[in-house]
Amino acid sequence: MTPSTIELPVTADDYRIARYAAAAIALTVAEAALPSPLPGIKPGLANIIVLVVLVRYGWRDAAWVSLLRVVAGSLVIGQFLAPGFFLALAGALCSLGVLALAQHLPPRLFGPVSVSVLAAFAHIGGQIALARVWLVPHDGVFYLLPLFATAALFFGTINGLVAARLLAIPLAIPVAAAPAEHPAP
Amino acid sequence: MHTASLRELLAQATGAGHLPWRTLLKPGDWLLLVCTAAVVAASYPLLWRGGVADRAVVKRDGQLVTELALNVARKYEVTGAIGTTVIEVQPGRARVLSDPGPRQYCVQQGWLTRANAVAICAPNHVTLQLAGRGGGNRAYDTLNY
Repeated sequence: MTPSTIELPVTADDYRIARYAAAAIALTVAEAALPSPLPGIKPGLANIIVLVVLVRYGWRDAAWVSLLRVVAGSLVIGQFLAPGFFLALAGALCSLGVLALAQHLPPRLFGPVSVSVLAAFAHIGGQIALARVWLVPHDGVFYLLPLFATAALFFGTINGLVAARLLAIPLAIPVAAAPAEHPAP
Repeated sequence: MHTASLRELLAQATGAGHLPWRTLLKPGDWLLLVCTAAVVAASYPLLWRGGVADRAVVKRDGQLVTELALNVARKYEVTGAIGTTVIEVQPGRARVLSDPGPRQYCVQQGWLTRANAVAICAPNHVTLQLAGRGGGNRAYDTLNY
């Protein structure tokens, strides 16, 4: 009996998504080591990667990176299928939904910062909605909304600025799929 | 494959480009930031109030004695197991003014202002609880986070 080999064809897309997802997972793990003043308030640094991927390669790749980040990141930090995992998943799904719309904002007026802030609000909205329905079945969770919204605005702005800065740097190796619109310095 | 992202990171670390941060913000970004900041700031007083109380519920032995609206000042006396408890209501707040209990816990609690706040005069079997609009979650007495 010969062992059968199953070969999955690996495309350049797969490599690219895996590379960005790895960066996002690394940021998730690094962030998990940071103390948080309130559960749920986190910088969300991995979203910088999602934003960069969204602008460079489109929504489909961003969705892959974001969801791989949630699943693999939670496996690494031992949160898989714990409440935190579902909150992260709800936040990621909501923010992906908003990203699908926000990427169509006119690029002349709106940069990555707007997209980032909108996605951050969607993220926190998805998390609070799930927490209200499932974890804390009481309107008391909404008392924390101003704090969460402040964190979303703050970290959304910072992450958007970092993403904008990263996007302003031309890729070291030109990638065919990359949009070639870098402003001259 | 790996060198691409590494080179990108190195370029970033060395500050390639040297773009000032504010050039990364477009007019729409500023507009959105100002608008969302205003909404966030406005949400503080709205949500921080934590349920405005609009009536005081007085119970004896767990049975409803009376509900007092919190819009007029008045005093209300309840006869309990060991004497008379006096409830005082003022606009937006209520307290136990006096109670025959030996340790006076419910009196020392002072004014109750938030929905679902409660003062319990256990020796006299009397409770005073504030209730908010909409009734809240009747299924829960208290929740801890």
